[in-house]
Amino acid sequence: MTNITLIKDVPTQGGAPGRERATRGRGRLRGVLPPPAVLVASVVLILLILVAAVPGLFTSASPIVTNPVDALLPPSGAHWFGTDELGRDLFTRVIYGARPSLLIGLGATVLSIFGGAVLGIAAALSGRAGDQILMRLADVLLSLPQLMLALLVITVLGPGTVNTMLAIAIAFVPGYARIVRAEALVVRRSGYVEAATGLGLRRSVLIFRHILPNALGPLLVLATVGFGTAIISASGLSFLGLGPQPPSPEWGAMLSDGRNYLSTAWWLGVFPGLAITLTVIAVNLVGRRAQARFTRRTAQ
Amino acid sequence: MKALLKGVAQRLVAALAVMFGAATIAFIALQLIPGDPVATLLGPQSSATAAVRRQITLQYGFNQPVAVQYLHYLNRLVHGDLGQSYQLQRPVASLISEQLGPTAQLALAALVLAVVIALVSAVATAGRRPALRAVAVTWELIAVSSPSYWVGILLLTAFSFQLQIFPVAGAQDFSALVLPAFTLALPIAGVLAQVLREGLEAALAEPFIVTARARGLSQNAVRLRHALRHASVPLLTLTGWLTGSLLGGAVLVEAVFGRPGIGALTLQAVTSKDMPLVIGLVLLSAFVFVAISTILDLLYLVIDPRLRAA
Repeated sequence: MTNITLIKDVPTQGGAPGRERATRGRGRLRGVLPPPAVLVASVVLILLILVAAVPGLFTSASPIVTNPVDALLPPSGAHWFGTDELGRDLFTRVIYGARPSLLIGLGATVLSIFGGAVLGIAAALSGRAGDQILMRLADVLLSLPQLMLALLVITVLGPGTVNTMLAIAIAFVPGYARIVRAEALVVRRSGYVEAATGLGLRRSVLIFRHILPNALGPLLVLATVGFGTAIISASGLSFLGLGPQPPSPEWGAMLSDGRNYLSTAWWLGVFPGLAITLTVIAVNLVGRRAQARFTRRTAQ
Repeated sequence: MKALLKGVAQRLVAALAVMFGAATIAFIALQLIPGDPVATLLGPQSSATAAVRRQITLQYGFNQPVAVQYLHYLNRLVHGDLGQSYQLQRPVASLISEQLGPTAQLALAALVLAVVIALVSAVATAGRRPALRAVAVTWELIAVSSPSYWVGILLLTAFSFQLQIFPVAGAQDFSALVLPAFTLALPIAGVLAQVLREGLEAALAEPFIVTARARGLSQNAVRLRHALRHASVPLLTLTGWLTGSLLGGAVLVEAVFGRPGIGALTLQAVTSKDMPLVIGLVLLSAFVFVAISTILDLLYLVIDPRLRAA
């Protein structure tokens, strides 16, 4: 991050000296260790990744094999979250549901960042006409609610796991493209890019080594919070029956299945949703922490 | 006056351009659907003869070049004709206008609820004791992190199935509106409360607050009359996002509560691949967004003369 190292070397004048002195006064550890809530959130996230990677570690039952004798049992020692209408252990299904739910969110976020970065950089560097065309296109796409745009994509591509991921990615691209473009415009006019141009660097080196890394920083931070939004949107699409198809365990789809038994089996409507909410809370806490640190660092 | 008129004209042209862009994107989406449009139209179980297929091709103009189809499509849109629904065999425009009522009711109720919840929460907690602020921050975080349809399921389980206070489904009377409106309002209220609380805290640190206090105004009067006015400006810029999330959220909330409306119609159109209906609904949501942001832009122009030159 060229600009940050550059600015760090310059002694701070003005800015927010009071705040800096205050944090320094309370000792070094204070700036390093995150607040307890963020610490807990990080642990939850690490645990979630582990659950998604090796679900077999946490449960020995199968998420798919049905067992009609045990249908709709309430939570107990044997079945912590109860069982569903086909007698499958709900805890096992929630554990196995982590992988599809997280993967769709992650895939959508990565794809939309990639798309946003390419289009944003292209708009910023392609001259007035190209910039106008791309940004007016972004305006049009941003005039549609994200869910509406995702639904339009699904109508064209059809339902399914990969298509849900693509639909959410496409719905998020215009917003990210705008942010990258704004950053790239600032970076392009900065002193170090001028200096690099003056040194006679090739255009590709200029873009990939100097403009892209610096324009992407704020986007990556925003994307952590965007990851949470993507998980919610993805689970919403599968709740509508447009995501992963049965019998695969996905949190939104599980809530959709459980909806028909709410009058007798409350647990079917509670635990999968709790899993989504806890995941998104953890992602948001860590994401906001990253955002706050980033703004503070660039402000200094 | 001349500058004002010019500003108004510019905004209206921009609004038209966005609508034209949305219509074009919808048309491109229509062309991207894989497979034969006549087959989509007839449905998978159809055993229509070649003659019937040919007649449909002629009727919808599928045999003409794409550019000609596009011009016909734009021409129809300009005349307010959104086409026929494939599945329901009725004009898209009348299908949409029939379902507009319940969704408008739901969205309006949710909007009012969200604003009231956010105002009360922000005014009560901004810049107060750390414990009180922690409560505000916590509920805001939970509200923005939980999927709205899950909140709906929880409310349904508790108040309709267990306590039996509200009906399980439908949109017949006011009691059927309470739970859906609250479900749709909660995530929006969370975001609004966050923005409003942070705005209030910034405003309360301004010198004019000290001046107002020094003039003898009570703490509450300062909050309501001076700080709140400053803090609500950023809310206006959120309005576009807000209408979008209301329309998108309606798809999920209407599904949970079995309510009729635009959201339920959208889901039906998407699952049955009824492209003319999907396009009509996409254009409707673009229109709502463009109309609201244009009206806001025009209001800004009237309020702030500095913007007219731009």
